[in-house]
Amino acid sequence: MKLSTLLTGAAVALAMATGAMAQDKTKVGFVYVGPVGDGGWTYEHDQGRKAVEAEFGDAVETVYVENVAEGPDAERVMTQMALNGADLIFTTSFGFMDPTINVAAKFPDVKFEHATGYKRADNVSTYSARFYEGRAIQGHIAGKMTQSNIIGYIASYPIPEVIRGINSAFLHARKVNPDVEFKIIWAYTWFDPAKEADAAKALIEQGADVILQHTDSTAPQAAAAEAEGVITFGQASDMAEYAPLPRVSSIIDDWAPYYIARTRAVMDGTWVSTDTWDGIGPGMVAIGEISDAVPADVKAEALAMKAAIGSGAYHPFTGPINKQDGSAWLAEGEVADDGTLAGMNFYVEGLEGDIPG
Amino acid sequence: MDLTAINPVLLVASLMVAATPLLLAAIGELVVEKSGVLNLGVEGMMIVGAICGFAMAVESGSPMLGFAAAAAGGALLSLLFALLTQVALANQVASGLALTLFGLGLSALLGQGYVGVKPPPSPRLDLPGLSDLPVVGPILFGHDPILYLGVVLTACVWVMLKFTRAGLILRAVGESHDAAHALGYPVVRIRILAIMFGGACAGLGGAYISLIRVPQWTEGMTAGIGWIALALVVFASWKPWRALLGAYLFGGVTVMQLNLQAAGVAIPVEYLAMSPYLVTILVLVILSADRSGAPAALGRIFHASN
Repeated sequence: MKLSTLLTGAAVALAMATGAMAQDKTKVGFVYVGPVGDGGWTYEHDQGRKAVEAEFGDAVETVYVENVAEGPDAERVMTQMALNGADLIFTTSFGFMDPTINVAAKFPDVKFEHATGYKRADNVSTYSARFYEGRAIQGHIAGKMTQSNIIGYIASYPIPEVIRGINSAFLHARKVNPDVEFKIIWAYTWFDPAKEADAAKALIEQGADVILQHTDSTAPQAAAAEAEGVITFGQASDMAEYAPLPRVSSIIDDWAPYYIARTRAVMDGTWVSTDTWDGIGPGMVAIGEISDAVPADVKAEALAMKAAIGSGAYHPFTGPINKQDGSAWLAEGEVADDGTLAGMNFYVEGLEGDIPG
Repeated sequence: MDLTAINPVLLVASLMVAATPLLLAAIGELVVEKSGVLNLGVEGMMIVGAICGFAMAVESGSPMLGFAAAAAGGALLSLLFALLTQVALANQVASGLALTLFGLGLSALLGQGYVGVKPPPSPRLDLPGLSDLPVVGPILFGHDPILYLGVVLTACVWVMLKFTRAGLILRAVGESHDAAHALGYPVVRIRILAIMFGGACAGLGGAYISLIRVPQWTEGMTAGIGWIALALVVFASWKPWRALLGAYLFGGVTVMQLNLQAAGVAIPVEYLAMSPYLVTILVLVILSADRSGAPAALGRIFHASN
């Protein structure tokens, strides 16, 4: 009893002390799953953080913690940030979902933003990007360019976001190349360069000449660069250092406008819990420059598809599409609704193997 | 399922590559623990080796200079651990953990300018005739020199520990530092040398990842291999050949499970993903049934006045 009173007292004192300091500055925290130097996912989130600093200057203070494991440790890091006076905390990995909800319940006055999740609360927003729009373009280029008709895919965890990407890439590869086949490796990690490199090598040894990755490091790019005649796409970040070959294009996540807008909302007091899911149109997903290794006609088609997706004229999941077991999912001309996409847990027809878990 | 897609020759060749960083780190740690010191900083020394090697290879254009720098960097970092535990008599577990944290941070700092840089390619052994042999060529004669160094080092450590006077002294220090001290052996000096050897090996292992296995620099790229090396030493009962077996098993099952997945084998992926750990532990536990225990003085602090 006495100890808990003491602790409460200490917490209150700490909150008051930090509260007094934080009055003039808005403190924004970021929780990263990988290192800021991963060259991919976390790197882009950190670019967004820097953009917030550049936009607001002395009016904000940003803090970040990198390499946070998904699980109980994430909860500890978030609690620490909230105790240290953060007004707004971005948690930037799917596995931070439950920790974010748990911590948010303890700190009703702190705003939380969770990337790629689906659980919200009064002080928890979610945001994500429609990466599958970029995957459609990758699939198109991959289907056109593969010689062996084997496309390797390094997947991370079997969550809807990753499955959407596989389906989208596969549909558009098959559309232009009926013989194309996907080999999928589940790495069960977001970031482990050695393992990602091994996975890329295994796929290349089994005949893949296109490597798509949904893991965060540039290791698969390096592995592909070692092999001859293999192409890759940058994931989350441009990875332009591997252009023009093996990297022929990329999906770039641009979080900066969103982070700036949300920080401003907290400063203005207009922040409310929302669910944001933006794609190529609003600019949250960008397509990195398509290198000269891609034939001109393929490049033109890819850019046309990008324009059509951006304007809303084309949706990557437009019927007819069957599920893997052959049952109908989308009828001719029907477009997938966001609810189904957000919870996607099935392969489309033509993909082999089972989704783990 | 299409098992014919898996090429066994390439599989064996790549498992040897996957196992080498683990082997190098484990052999180094084995010597350290044989001298009675528990250094939990393997991960930190590996990652510092990875960036030192990478930076030197990029700046000089020579991968071999890079590996030399990696060994030096790892040894230098381990010297810090040696100072703390052998001179200042700090707790070894705490110092080792701190060394890992320090190494991760230091490597991130050193690596600032090297993200996205490509290292010079490492030379591969190319023996006319031998390297072109079918099957045997790619497996035995087609690798980089460091891979062979790993195997040679294992043999040397085995010979040293089992047959030489130096090995006997090292083991004596690890079993009972008081007795070794009473016999007039410089316990602290021997331990510092062993710690530096361990650091150099871990550094080499780290550089093997950044220069050959991946090859690039990314923060945190050792991703826990140092910890696996630590566990491997225990499960190998502090015996060099078992450490080699364990490392090859672990590397082999890791590469194998990725290949099985790519070939579409209908085993649940979760089982495949845990298989490297499971198989390695199982085999080494069975092997260690003869109860060869840990060095008796492992982790204990020594001071001549005690």
